Amino acid sequence: MSELLVKNAYVIDPINRIDGEVMDIAVRDGRIVEDVGPKAEVIDAEGCLTLPGGVDSHTHVCGTKVNFGRYMSPEDMRAGREVRRGVKHATSGYSVPTTYANSYRYALMGYTTLLEGAMAPLEARHTHEEFSATPLQDMMANTLFDGNWGVMKAVSEGDIERVAAIVGWTLSAVKGFGIKLTNPGGTEAWGYGKDLRCIKDEVPHFGVTPAEIIEAMIRACEMLRLPHSVHLHCNNLGTPGNYSCTVGTFNLVPDLNEKRQSLYATHVQFHSYGGSDWKTFCSKAEPVAYTVNNRPQIVIDMGQVMFGKTTTMTADGPMEFNLYRLHHNKWSNHDVELETGSGIIPVLYRKKNLVNSIMWAIGLELGLLVKDPWRCLLTTDNPNGAPFVKYPEIIALLMSKKYRDAEFATVHRRTESRVDLPALDRELDWNEIAVMTRAGQAKALGIVDIGKGHLGIGAEADIAVYPLKVGEIDPAQEYQKVIDGFARAKWTVKRGRPVARDGEILVHGENTTIWVDPKISPERDMSRDPEFTEMFNHWYSVRMSNYPVQDEYLKRHLRMETEAAI
Amino acid sequence: MIHEDMICPFCGCLCDDLVIETEGSEVVRVDNACTLGSHKLMNAGKHRLKAPIMRDGGAWRDASYEEAMEYTAGILLDADRPLLYGWSSTQGEAQGAGVSMAELLGGVIDSTTSVCHGPSILAIQEVGHPGCTLGQVKNRADLIVYWGCNPTEAHPRHMSRYTTYADGYFLENAFRDRKLIIVDVRKTETGSIADEFMQVKPGGDYAVLSALRAIVRGREDVVPPTVAGVTKEQLLRVAALCKEAKFGALFFGVGLTMSPGKYKNVRNAIELVDDLNRYTKWTLTPLRGHYNVYGSNEVFTWMTGYPYAVDFSRQIAFYNPGETTAVDILARQECDAALIVASDPGAHFPKKCLEHLASIPSVLIDPMHTMTTPLVRCQIPVAVTGMDASGTAYRMDGVPIHVKKFLDLGYPTDTEIITKIFEKVTEVRHP
Ligand code: SF4
Repeated sequence: MSELLVKNAYVIDPINRIDGEVMDIAVRDGRIVEDVGPKAEVIDAEGCLTLPGGVDSHTHVCGTKVNFGRYMSPEDMRAGREVRRGVKHATSGYSVPTTYANSYRYALMGYTTLLEGAMAPLEARHTHEEFSATPLQDMMANTLFDGNWGVMKAVSEGDIERVAAIVGWTLSAVKGFGIKLTNPGGTEAWGYGKDLRCIKDEVPHFGVTPAEIIEAMIRACEMLRLPHSVHLHCNNLGTPGNYSCTVGTFNLVPDLNEKRQSLYATHVQFHSYGGSDWKTFCSKAEPVAYTVNNRPQIVIDMGQVMFGKTTTMTADGPMEFNLYRLHHNKWSNHDVELETGSGIIPVLYRKKNLVNSIMWAIGLELGLLVKDPWRCLLTTDNPNGAPFVKYPEIIALLMSKKYRDAEFATVHRRTESRVDLPALDRELDWNEIAVMTRAGQAKALGIVDIGKGHLGIGAEADIAVYPLKVGEIDPAQEYQKVIDGFARAKWTVKRGRPVARDGEILVHGENTTIWVDPKISPERDMSRDPEFTEMFNHWYSVRMSNYPVQDEYLKRHLRMETEAAI
Repeated sequence: MIHEDMICPFCGCLCDDLVIETEGSEVVRVDNACTLGSHKLMNAGKHRLKAPIMRDGGAWRDASYEEAMEYTAGILLDADRPLLYGWSSTQGEAQGAGVSMAELLGGVIDSTTSVCHGPSILAIQEVGHPGCTLGQVKNRADLIVYWGCNPTEAHPRHMSRYTTYADGYFLENAFRDRKLIIVDVRKTETGSIADEFMQVKPGGDYAVLSALRAIVRGREDVVPPTVAGVTKEQLLRVAALCKEAKFGALFFGVGLTMSPGKYKNVRNAIELVDDLNRYTKWTLTPLRGHYNVYGSNEVFTWMTGYPYAVDFSRQIAFYNPGETTAVDILARQECDAALIVASDPGAHFPKKCLEHLASIPSVLIDPMHTMTTPLVRCQIPVAVTGMDASGTAYRMDGVPIHVKKFLDLGYPTDTEIITKIFEKVTEVRHP
């Protein structure tokens, strides 16, 4: 039995409606309890800001694509080298750091739960291997279905139950968490070097449109009672004028779930562009945020861009090739048979670049214009908009108009006429930041009930104590203190065990992989469906029996079983 | 007993449809594998070393596992610059344990990549890699190019599983609709079935690739009448075929990576594929040799940031191929102990390197007596992954496959042995 007492914590716990109460948090065997005995280990939080452990509902940290980002970028590795010390392994990398480096840096910032945003089912084993090498966070993986042949065929036949059955079988087989659609249909078109512009274009050879895929998947997701909703990277990412496609997509989404959204739209910054070309490029955050405000079934994340070097990586293969043609640096692509694709290129976002400056402003506009912080989560789509180590700066930008203005004065001077940012006065408070960085993320992922994103009795004891005295700091003025405070937690507690303190990693831990196993009726079991198995064994390059990820790849894991309605 | 859907632990194709029949602890029949694969599986149970052996003066004596592991930990701990080399014919789990051990020892870890596709990786690090999984090629490609390689001999089922002879979803009659171009310095068996066989003078690959790129970019006017032995006429024909294809797939082997020009050849090939993507769809895949050499690159990368040749002597991961690669370290007589795992440098390394290897304390972890055995001071026999051990391997296209065990011959696995040695090292050198 292990016990811990976090004393004198200034707690903000939005899920339990605690907003700034100084209290003690008692922990026994990794869970939060009413109280502990006198022998418990004690951490004195000294009245510092104490939040549930950070949750990142969209990041790229493990898997084939991420690892290829490292593989192709020794120059990036030279940027983040630290020596091996104590329990800490040597680390390398800045925008795509090594597995250990990702885990340590997230832990130092108080993050304890991460969702890898894109896992190709065929290559799931790789993601799980890296998960087991991630010591300090619980992990889950959204599973890519954007170009899934079985799904597209079932959609074209109008058989939503079959769509659900295929998704359910696949999630169980690859130990995935939720449904990810990246440029649905577009990644299949990219198989022959084409792309789709928006949701009404037809996927070549399959006779379906992205609109049909998205809607069918939303319904299938609810039939399977998955904890998380469909997680969508809209079509037409990164092109001028794409906001209309984004708004059109949002307007398609039915409201099917009382507990959470029906659609999680990711890195919406990249989808809120106006203008008809790069010369007329401008922000359309306002109409996008307006749509979100009016459609409670939608939750978005920002996909904030921050200036500097990074590596972009996405399952959206055609988009990366287009970006490569603009940047001419280097380009990797990796199409995955019958399922999806991906692309990687390094980028440098520059203040001197008008387009980049506008992109930076759009993310912040979304963060400020979406009224409900539960429905606009703070991300950079790590590392696409920026590496996650930039989160503290983004928090400060959202909390301080003064900081925004100071930064705005340094970006491309023509940005002013293309964006609304200077006109936005809103300054987010500590509670809203807590929502956008943990409570809201946990709720959107549907993992509150397993004890994530809050500090109530029974919750997982994932706790972050920041060296920030809320009453003594004015975040609107003293934004540097906000940045420093969020960059380095005073304590990070994972499952009841202190894992990081003041910039030091204390333990080599072990994570939990969270995955979803929908219980489907035997008639809908795809492993016995002749058409499905035939497709599998004929067109995949691996046998169906060799496809599922064996249990031994998940060291410690939490299986969330759902009662599917099929 | 019949074992279905088994994985072949020989080449980077990692065929996963083998049917293996065993009687007791003998493999009596292997179906679906090529001759290389069946030969390995039919014989891997036979010529095994029974127990660890250690050198005793000029002769060998048997040793216990405990003694051999103790010796290994000892020489690694005593060394100033230990080299941990090999790793391409073992499971990912063992590779991971090897990296952790190299890190703690402040040693150098390298895989056989540095003597095969190392140059491909250098090229990828400069310009990227437009690739795909092999099923994508099988289902879509109407044009296949093999450059500087001979799949018939080295990857015998590559063409039947993934290219020329494979059914393709989008091709009505795959065999008839698919074109094959072979580029090589001599006509191999693969060359004789090609639609176009382009014979390049040795060392001329870079020039031929450049000529093709010029033509693809609309500058055929700069191309001379012949380039490295290839006529302009043929170059024009080949470039046209490449542009007309709906989906082209270029595979290349050590004929491109290890011939004059080395990584620049590969860079040029990648850039040709980039150029072609402006017209149609193209991908490129290095034909990786050992069944899990790509896995060593993957594991090293997520753990250290670099795919091979990682030097921990400064406590950080440092990477500089040409300096931190095994051949260079041996040639400079730099390392003072070596652990060789699942590879046979004795058969492949330059003489000068082997002389140094023979002069330092070294251990080989390998199931059988190999060309490296005479050079080392101790050998620890282990299970053969894909036969009496399971584990993860990465196919040449990056698809991770669980290689399965179907026999139990009582040998420990590479992972078990390396983990135990690592534990012994940890007892002395605390993390
Ligand atoms: S092609 Fe390679 S993997 Fe396939 S059976 Fe032959 S040796 Fe084994």
